[in-house]
Amino acid sequence: MAFIVLSYLWPFNAHAPLLPRQRAAKSVLHEDFRESIMVRMKIAAAAFAAGTLLALPAGAQEKPKELVVGVATFLSGPASVFGVPGKNAADLFFDEINAKGGILGVPVKPVYVDEGAGTNQLISEYRRVVQDQGAQVMLGAISSGSCNALAPVAEDLKVVNVMWDCGTQTIFEEGKWKYSVRTGGHAGSEMMATLLYLMKVKPDFKTVAVVNQDYAWGRESWALLSAGLKALKPDVKIVAELFPKFGAPDFSTEITRLSALRPDVVISTSWGGDLDTFVQQAAARGLLKQSTFVLPLAESSLERLGAVLPEGVIVGSRGDHYFLHPKYKNSAEMQAFVKAYKAKTGVYPIYPTFHMNQAVTGLVKAYEKAGAAAGGKWPSKEQVIAAFEGLEFKSLTGTITIRSDHQGLEDQMLGTTKRVPEYPFAVYDKMALYPGKLVTTPLGEKSLDWFAKVKPELGSDKSIETFDYTK
Amino acid sequence: MILLAALDGLAYGSLIFLVAVGLSLIFGVLGVLNIAHGSFYAIGAYVAASAVLAAAGMGLPTWLAFPLFLISAILVGVVVGGTVEALLLRRVYRKEEVLQLLVTFAVFMILEDAQKVIFGTQPLFANAPMNWLGTIEVFGIFYTNYQLVLIPLVALAVLVGLRTFLRRTSFGRAIVAVTQDREAAMAMGIDATRVYLITFIIGASLAALGGALSSSTTSLTPGIGSGMIVLSFAVAATAGLGRIEGAAVAALMIGLGRSAAVYFAPEFDVLIPYLIMVVVLLIKPEGLFTTLQTRKV
Amino acid sequence: MSRQIVIGAGLLIALVVFPLLSPWSTVILTVALCEGLAALGILVLLRAGQVSFGHGLYFAFSAYVVAFMATARFGHEVLLLVPIATAASGLLAALIGLFIVRYRAIFFGMLNLAISMVFFSLLEKLFSITGGADGKRVPRPTLAGMTLERESFEFWMFYITLALCVVAALFVARYLLSPGGKALEAIKSNETRLEYLGVSSRKVLFGAYLLSGLLAGLGGAIIALVSGHVTPELAYWVRSGEFVFIAILGGAGGVAGPFLGALMFQIIRGYAAVYAPETWHAVLGVMLLIIIFFAPTGLYGLIAGKKRAAKPPAAVERAGAGQ
Repeated sequence: MAFIVLSYLWPFNAHAPLLPRQRAAKSVLHEDFRESIMVRMKIAAAAFAAGTLLALPAGAQEKPKELVVGVATFLSGPASVFGVPGKNAADLFFDEINAKGGILGVPVKPVYVDEGAGTNQLISEYRRVVQDQGAQVMLGAISSGSCNALAPVAEDLKVVNVMWDCGTQTIFEEGKWKYSVRTGGHAGSEMMATLLYLMKVKPDFKTVAVVNQDYAWGRESWALLSAGLKALKPDVKIVAELFPKFGAPDFSTEITRLSALRPDVVISTSWGGDLDTFVQQAAARGLLKQSTFVLPLAESSLERLGAVLPEGVIVGSRGDHYFLHPKYKNSAEMQAFVKAYKAKTGVYPIYPTFHMNQAVTGLVKAYEKAGAAAGGKWPSKEQVIAAFEGLEFKSLTGTITIRSDHQGLEDQMLGTTKRVPEYPFAVYDKMALYPGKLVTTPLGEKSLDWFAKVKPELGSDKSIETFDYTK
Repeated sequence: MILLAALDGLAYGSLIFLVAVGLSLIFGVLGVLNIAHGSFYAIGAYVAASAVLAAAGMGLPTWLAFPLFLISAILVGVVVGGTVEALLLRRVYRKEEVLQLLVTFAVFMILEDAQKVIFGTQPLFANAPMNWLGTIEVFGIFYTNYQLVLIPLVALAVLVGLRTFLRRTSFGRAIVAVTQDREAAMAMGIDATRVYLITFIIGASLAALGGALSSSTTSLTPGIGSGMIVLSFAVAATAGLGRIEGAAVAALMIGLGRSAAVYFAPEFDVLIPYLIMVVVLLIKPEGLFTTLQTRKV
Repeated sequence: MSRQIVIGAGLLIALVVFPLLSPWSTVILTVALCEGLAALGILVLLRAGQVSFGHGLYFAFSAYVVAFMATARFGHEVLLLVPIATAASGLLAALIGLFIVRYRAIFFGMLNLAISMVFFSLLEKLFSITGGADGKRVPRPTLAGMTLERESFEFWMFYITLALCVVAALFVARYLLSPGGKALEAIKSNETRLEYLGVSSRKVLFGAYLLSGLLAGLGGAIIALVSGHVTPELAYWVRSGEFVFIAILGGAGGVAGPFLGALMFQIIRGYAAVYAPETWHAVLGVMLLIIIFFAPTGLYGLIAGKKRAAKPPAAVERAGAGQ
């Protein structure tokens, strides 16, 4: 009885044809409960055995009816400021792909999983989407904590896992993951570009303070920045290292301390609501005019902050992402995307949407490459992940190359804010575009060690391009 | 240095006080620990921010924001708080304590998602009122008048207002009477149901007012309510549940403790409120302010 | 009592059979069982009329003990990790229990909440030791000396957990019938009278608190092993609230209740995650309200209640047939 109830209610076997619900109900009436259980167990055992047998050959397969792609993203909690734009963008990209006939002719069906439910819940949801809904590819995730937790799960499940947004450099520096790949840069490349840009536009600073969120990203990004600062500018003094609680509603005390210390440079890798709150409260108290602010994630807050952010603040976007990218703002793809995104959400796209574009484009290209290698047949998961190695593809804002360690090389762009009449919020000026190859930790090295021995000459490399704001 | 820390703690402590005093009042009268209290704070903040932005969009003057704060707080208190009390809580007063707690827990979960659906997930803020009030220089450091003067003044007004209301008005006295002896009060002709409803609305409005005031300095994101609720628990428990003046002192203690921690032991700033709460509960479980001659609400 | 056995046995059979048909649900079922264990601990305290909004503390504590030991490759074996971590949680519960049993009702609940929030903040703050908010990875340990692949590891972990749950449920059922357990009900109804009988209510409550800490610890240790990752979120007050939620959802009437509740919780959550991924909190909240208002005895009460209603006519019939 309890079993029947459970099998009726159990939501995790939507694709299991083993339990015809109508018959299950009847069997209670006919009191052949035990018998039906036995029958079903036999069917199940047979199906299970057949399933394992089918899964054995790792080569090319028949085309499936649809390609289920699971997307782990924040739909709740403070990080949904990135997660929801990421999802909105993914919807647009998948619609576009399906309108063109899908990947290798197979339509894509995205399934979303909420990262905000907590890591343990995320892991079980991730498993459910792979094992129950039959996802062949997972895009996961935003938080470094999630990526760290999901990488071994993806190995276990043998599913292609595209890390679409998380930044921790340790994933591929400290671990080897066969099934995971990252279609973007990492904290190392982002922070190196930030340091080089700061040295370029404000070479004469002597004191630095940091205000980062108190969690892995805030701590790790500061560890890299401070190691790089010591190597590039040994005489610089770090006057305050503040790590307010993640999601803190009030930064008064931190701002008072900074006002009293008067550092030349204030760095904060904060984002989302925390960054907005901090910048607002600091701006109201004149702190933004007193020190040079370096905000490597501020691109995602520019539109919201509107008139709050003055000119002269150093801003970045975890890569080369920017809807007014000096090289690509007039490209047909970019204009179409900005238009479609603005029509859907009412705001301009921010960096997670570009990260999503890289992940989806990379996935399509990897499938095409693997499909070609398999002679036009549907490639296996192993063939897809192998196709990622050495893959080079164009995204909305540049070119991404995937290294043999599955780490992506992504260009990095920083700028200084400027106020212009065309937009009611600050835009990038004095931009510098750093090639991914230049600022990404070399293969086989660890970012912290590489930062500790970086030379200032790196910042004057010829491959760096610069741009000013143009209408 | 210590003085500067004290100035920072003031605004923060005042905000916590507004939320905690509402929680304390509700517990004192209804005997229910309202877990959804943080949601009232969050909704108050969202409604106020939306109202201020809408007013600015219509080209209305900035000072209108301040009456708007009050209006949205009362609106949230009456609409959301009133509904919760009349529709849900009223049915469980005679049931086990755990069921009362869980009703408010369920309301908390529903309201958390309702906020997301109604107000979206993008950070929202309306900082015009803060900037409109300008800054003041103290020892060479700029403070906003909004945080240093306005918020503490509102908190003080609420404190004095509540005391006067409970002691000098007949309805306030009715509330006190119901708290002390429900049966006797009812026998004297006091409508306990009405007292419960209005107390809950007042408490919810206070939380919403705290939220409304914070909407000018803080970006509103999903989840702001769940952090606030534990903090206001800490204040209410430290003070002794149901104690208004005690809540003011405890909120100030926690606000100052946190700022002091940022100066002297930044590693422990988040721990301070909970540590204070544990220590006080262990030594004096009824709260710090029971032997003082403060009246129980 | 017999009803309890029928419900328990029915649930058990369902749980034994189900993973064979639906192999991918083993992890989710194991997670449900772990939450059921913690809720069983809550149920013990509920018998004494006490509500803890802080049992996430013991859940998270043993999960972190497992994480630290497994990372250090110290006792990298399920059969060692689970008992050690559970015992560690028990020790912590004993220490905290020493003073917490002096408090009742709202103070008991608040103090538990405060202590668990101190632990939560420490886990988040001590980044270099605990990994901060991102938590720690738990490498998969050996099981009885064998290094297992994921699938078989999950399979065996589920049946081990199920067996442990049965043992725990039977033990708690016996305990609740013992003098110590009966005294718990007396604490709820009339503590003074209990003291007059010469029974120390603190000692009685201490026993219950220790047991509830052990149960939550057992659940936490296993959840760390099967999900392979621990985060401070395990100690957050919302998680503790969920345990109380599950205990009430399942019904406090019998030891099968918390497990029924935990299964139902996962089922609702599973549906909500598929059909309403952005509002699954609200779905759970509405469900909770429905249970409180329309079925205050929980799922267990619903099932047991129906049987009670169905039984008398049957008994009469049989009596009639006997004549």
